[in-house]
Amino acid sequence: MIDGSRPSRMSRRSLLVSTAALLVTGAAARARTITQGMPWEPGTASPPLQVRAGPWMFFTPDEAATVEAAVDRLIPPDERGPGGKDAGCAVYIDRQLAGPYGVGAGLYLRPPFMPGVASQGYQSPDMPAARYRAGLKALADYVKATFAGKAFRDLASADQDQVLSGLETGKIALKDVNGAQFFALLLQNTQEGFFADPVYGGNKDMAGWKLVGFPGARYDYRDWVERYNEKYPLPPVGIMGRSDWTVKE
Amino acid sequence: MARKLPRKDVVVVGLGWTGSILAYELAKQGLDVIAIERGPWRDTATDFPPGYAQDELRYGVRLDLFLRPQQETLTVRNNMKQTALPIRSFSGFLPGNGVGGAGVHWNGQTWRFLPSDFNLRSHLEQRYGADKIPADMTIQDWPVSYDELESYYDRFEKLAGISGKAGNLNGQKQAGGNPFEGWRSSEYPTPPLKQNYGSALFAEAAQKLGYSPFPRPSANISEAYTNPLGIRMGQCTYCGFCERFGCGNYAKASPQVCVLPALMRMPNFSVQTESEVTKINLDSTGKRATGVTYVDTSGEEWEQPADIVLVCAFSLFNVRLMLLSGIGKPYDPVSGKGVVGRNYAYQTTSGVSMILKDKILNSFIATGSGGMMIDEFNGDNFDHKDLGFFGGGYMGSGQTGARPITTLPVPKGTPKWGAQWKKAAAETYSSGYGISTHGSSYSYRDCYLDLDPTYKDHFGRPLMRMTFDFHDNEIKMSQFLTDRLAEIAKALDPVEMTASPRKGPWNSTIYQTTHNTGGTVMGADPETSVVNRYCQSWDVSNVFVPGGASVFPQNHGYNPTGTVGALAYWTADAIKDRYLKNPGPLV
Repeated sequence: MIDGSRPSRMSRRSLLVSTAALLVTGAAARARTITQGMPWEPGTASPPLQVRAGPWMFFTPDEAATVEAAVDRLIPPDERGPGGKDAGCAVYIDRQLAGPYGVGAGLYLRPPFMPGVASQGYQSPDMPAARYRAGLKALADYVKATFAGKAFRDLASADQDQVLSGLETGKIALKDVNGAQFFALLLQNTQEGFFADPVYGGNKDMAGWKLVGFPGARYDYRDWVERYNEKYPLPPVGIMGRSDWTVKE
Repeated sequence: MARKLPRKDVVVVGLGWTGSILAYELAKQGLDVIAIERGPWRDTATDFPPGYAQDELRYGVRLDLFLRPQQETLTVRNNMKQTALPIRSFSGFLPGNGVGGAGVHWNGQTWRFLPSDFNLRSHLEQRYGADKIPADMTIQDWPVSYDELESYYDRFEKLAGISGKAGNLNGQKQAGGNPFEGWRSSEYPTPPLKQNYGSALFAEAAQKLGYSPFPRPSANISEAYTNPLGIRMGQCTYCGFCERFGCGNYAKASPQVCVLPALMRMPNFSVQTESEVTKINLDSTGKRATGVTYVDTSGEEWEQPADIVLVCAFSLFNVRLMLLSGIGKPYDPVSGKGVVGRNYAYQTTSGVSMILKDKILNSFIATGSGGMMIDEFNGDNFDHKDLGFFGGGYMGSGQTGARPITTLPVPKGTPKWGAQWKKAAAETYSSGYGISTHGSSYSYRDCYLDLDPTYKDHFGRPLMRMTFDFHDNEIKMSQFLTDRLAEIAKALDPVEMTASPRKGPWNSTIYQTTHNTGGTVMGADPETSVVNRYCQSWDVSNVFVPGGASVFPQNHGYNPTGTVGALAYWTADAIKDRYLKNPGPLV
């Protein structure tokens, strides 16, 4: 019985101490009692962490080369702007897979796993990181066997397209992997990387937003809402501003 | 063994819209109130500042503000013959998480139900004959009328600063508003929002076809406003990041923006965050609640004794907590007996997508609740005699912001990737346009909630199981509404258009709406309802379920939050004016 022994409000110091403890236990946050005012304290916001250039964090070099080649076919470079590779889509996917998304953090993963009907959704313990690892391995094996020992990145563009299309439509059967599901995941993540805020490593120089004309993280259009049929004139900005505003590292 | 905390007058389960309204109203009476919230503290300054609130990936795709299925989920199936499987990752509907609940990430569409929605069964029987209502349709009258709720709707709208134009002031029709709405005792607190190009085009086309378009009532407010609690709200900037996002401008009504600044400074209120209520405790008679048990993040179990328990979680979780606590008899779809879990209903939505000729729509300029609507085909606003269905919905330009990961229109037949896709995406983004319907979902004998026999949560308690599918009535209704919407779309002379009426089976992976209703429905008869007209449990009179959408006897063709807010005030008054003076059953 510890009636009255709990602090009525957690101080910044005790929050820091408890946060340090959480790094060990892995919990996301801690129960607290809040009373007598809004618990606002400086420095407690959680802005997104900027993805930095550098070594692959999830992909092996071979996997990365395959993914870079694939995202450049899904979104090919042309006169309209960069393709998936130069827009950083593979970097984006790599960092996502290395983070909470890759392991399906927060999802309900208790057994039993049973196949259901389509309306019941994805019912497998395999999360994106594992699905990429298995999918890329099965794809490499397929390409090697079909194209005289070659890797996906070494195929001609037309052959790469044919392989991707074969996966999409289910015409190519990968060993132990549902190729159509793997393709759908790759396509979804590639488009995320192309259109997500550049802070996550893709959409480099806002290539995706410029392509379609989306102004990004701007938040005030009061002056333009009633200007009908006129193209919004300002270029996009991201959460970190624009690359030409910041000091080059 | 739970450690016992000092007694409180009132314990509130969940600090969203209903929880904060009730907590404020009862704390103002001098009662000692504690709210127990499963999720974290959230506020504008730390959780959604305009520096990074506009992040489609984090909030719109990875769903940062939402409930993690690991915390709680449910199993789903379309009918009783199937084995229900867990929703492992929410996508069809998105329950909120944390202080503010779903009131943080909503779009802000704030409607009142129609007067005839409240006496739905008697109204339909009288107009069309009792034999015309399908035998398995378990719709019933609300135990409260529109007239009784009017002043409570008004209070919620003033709390939230709702923008709009009245169509019926004290019985007098007003130009520019919704001619079908029930009478209003006052104009909306703030004037209508500005409309973007797409909405202006929709309104023009609808008018040409003889309809009466009006601006959708909105919790994204059109000008700065000070609410009755003295809290100042900001003006909407049309940033297009409402749905799934918190508002960094203090311009979208939420508990954070409209209630918490006043509530949190009351010395007799506290909130315990990151703590999950596992059970409402009953005394040995089973007729009286003694408080609740909750578990904090360290796994420590606490007992919070209280004289009044207010169940204010998200609608689905209200139902589960009642089932897990053994309050009220669980519903059995075979015998039709029992009440907890009965009359679960959803919402029947549909849309028409178009590409317009040579139009620059700038459809990223939007608000969650902007748009021009028509209400000719809602409720019983139109004659159902020869239509073969009941119900309806509003329809209009539901453009909530064209964020390009999730909104990227391309012409029909375009491949999903490659050079052609890229070209189409670039060319169509500015002229692609979607309009939508938002329709009723009536209740049926075989659509219900109960406890799952197989799957458990992280405390080892059974998950809730949802058994739901659209019925013929709703499929026909959706086809009819979508056809009318398509006629308006055609008047816009699009390059191409695709109409998508709702078809079964209901699919939990396609986002439709988060408007889950029923399960602890309110009614005049304990045989067919869980709570009485004051949202008070028939079985345990010091337990109230104050106005969450779980008390709706069926769902009508409007978004629920306006009615949820009105019922919260209605219940607060019943507790203040009646229950406190004479604790016990109010009916």
